[in-house]
Amino acid sequence: MSVTTSVISTLIAERFGEAIEDLGFSLGIHAFAAPPDRIVELCRLLKEHPQLRFGFLCDVCGVDYYPETPRYEAVYHLYSLPNKWRVRIKCRLGDPPRVPSVTGVWRTANWHEREAWDMYGIHFEGHPDLRRIYMWEGFEGFPQRKDFPLRGYKDELNPFGADGPAPNQPDLATRDIPPGGRTTPGT
Amino acid sequence: MTEVTELMRPEGEALDTKEVLLNLGPQHPSTHGVLRLVLELDGEYVARVDPHIGYLHRGTEKLAESFTYTQIFPLTDRLDYVCPPSNNLAFALAVEKLLGIEAPIRAQYIRVMMAELARISGHLLITGALPMDLGAMTALLYAMREREMIMDLLEMVTGARMHTSFCRVGGVREDLPDGFLAKVREFCDIFPHRIRDYERLIEDNRVFLKRTQGVGIISPEDGIDLGLSGPNLRASGVDWDIRRDEPYEIYDRLEFNVITRNEGDCYARWQCRVEEMRESVRIIEQCLDQMPEGPFQVDMPTIAFPMDKDRVHCSMEALIQHFDLSAYGFKVPKGEVYSAIEAPKGELGFYIVSDGSEKPFRMKVRAPSFVNLQALFGVSNARYLADMIAVLGSLDPVMAEVDK
Repeated sequence: MSVTTSVISTLIAERFGEAIEDLGFSLGIHAFAAPPDRIVELCRLLKEHPQLRFGFLCDVCGVDYYPETPRYEAVYHLYSLPNKWRVRIKCRLGDPPRVPSVTGVWRTANWHEREAWDMYGIHFEGHPDLRRIYMWEGFEGFPQRKDFPLRGYKDELNPFGADGPAPNQPDLATRDIPPGGRTTPGT
Repeated sequence: MTEVTELMRPEGEALDTKEVLLNLGPQHPSTHGVLRLVLELDGEYVARVDPHIGYLHRGTEKLAESFTYTQIFPLTDRLDYVCPPSNNLAFALAVEKLLGIEAPIRAQYIRVMMAELARISGHLLITGALPMDLGAMTALLYAMREREMIMDLLEMVTGARMHTSFCRVGGVREDLPDGFLAKVREFCDIFPHRIRDYERLIEDNRVFLKRTQGVGIISPEDGIDLGLSGPNLRASGVDWDIRRDEPYEIYDRLEFNVITRNEGDCYARWQCRVEEMRESVRIIEQCLDQMPEGPFQVDMPTIAFPMDKDRVHCSMEALIQHFDLSAYGFKVPKGEVYSAIEAPKGELGFYIVSDGSEKPFRMKVRAPSFVNLQALFGVSNARYLADMIAVLGSLDPVMAEVDK
């Protein structure tokens, strides 16, 4: 464990200096906090460095720390098959949340990022196909945000929903539509 | 047009055909649930595939944020409903890591045994359903017969066939009933012969071999890049099993082989699962041999229910403890954890952020089926529409887990 900690920390500190904060090793995972603009570079280093080889992206997910600021966080979990190490990268994001996509590094990030967009409205810049994945096209709002009611908003299909949109709900008319975000052909 | 990945086209064939959009699903027997594939067809060839999911989305992660930790167990049952004990185990381990506790040894053996029974049950379903998708009905009927034996075993312990909810944070719900171990041993004696029967049914079935061998090949590099895990990745020759590489519970005391195949095609994925069932039987037998006596849950009144339920009726303290845990749950220290286990479908991870209260602040499920399904983009040489069915079946997605 100490080996894990020192090798990864040293290599990251060499390349990034103070930009990446080392959050230490706990419960089997070494965590780092990265600013959004360095995330792709950090992921490339972790994946491609011959001593690290984090080739397996387990998961990308969003977290909403409402009402803290910065409010959102994108969390990446990586696994290194040869070394059997796990790493977590945390990336705090403001409102509206934007972060570069890591689909160029791992193809598996595609659906994970679509899910985070769908549930939290985190805009992954450079994602090839950022559409909603669980909710239907035309659904308004981001259901896993903390200010989205558990039962949804009241409408003709949902008589048990909450009244009116929450005060911090983004203005849906001006919300940024991702590239490629439109209805699919077919039914 | 939306961006979708181009599958390999047959070369040197210049048919003058019009591209057709075809909806496979949402209701289609071979989608194993409610999955809609929008296929762009060039004659009989598949030019593009675009899976649409979310028909079964129940908002498990959002719901979990308003449930106490004990209340979340039934939610995890409904992820991969073919093998709920594995899901229970994954969630329990994550919370236990946050609390810094470990279940007693007997509970760990019980959990591992249940998880392996669930693995057999899950693999049985797909080893039977894949031939059925490809036209060989018989295998499924035999597989369901054996699966029923496992259902009976689970029912004997938990009272439920499907949604067991048997794990608790710090142990299991109750001790094993009398005569259960003998029943399991009986199953372990019979089952390996039955596996041989399935192989004899399928291995010489020329239709099945023609439609799976060399179809839907995934290279090891592609598999890792696409995030495949479990038998799907091992069929491509990647020797990785969380049970062996990051042993949790008592897996480090057990002897088992990690099954790999090098072909990476649909047949290899099928074979991997069949072989894994044999290994699971070995693991269960070792659990039976080593099963120690002792408590089935931790002795911590703030976390675990009273071990003897009858005391609730005659002891004030036990009643308070029971009421307190049922009504308010227990607090989990502030922090975050990512804990993964080797579920039948692959790496099942739970990422939990706790704010120190009785309910998780954020629970993210890393569902293996969700990631495995995405590999539909990565298969090469699945040229025909009919091959899509074989590939989809061999990836073994359970839609309830895909949609969460």
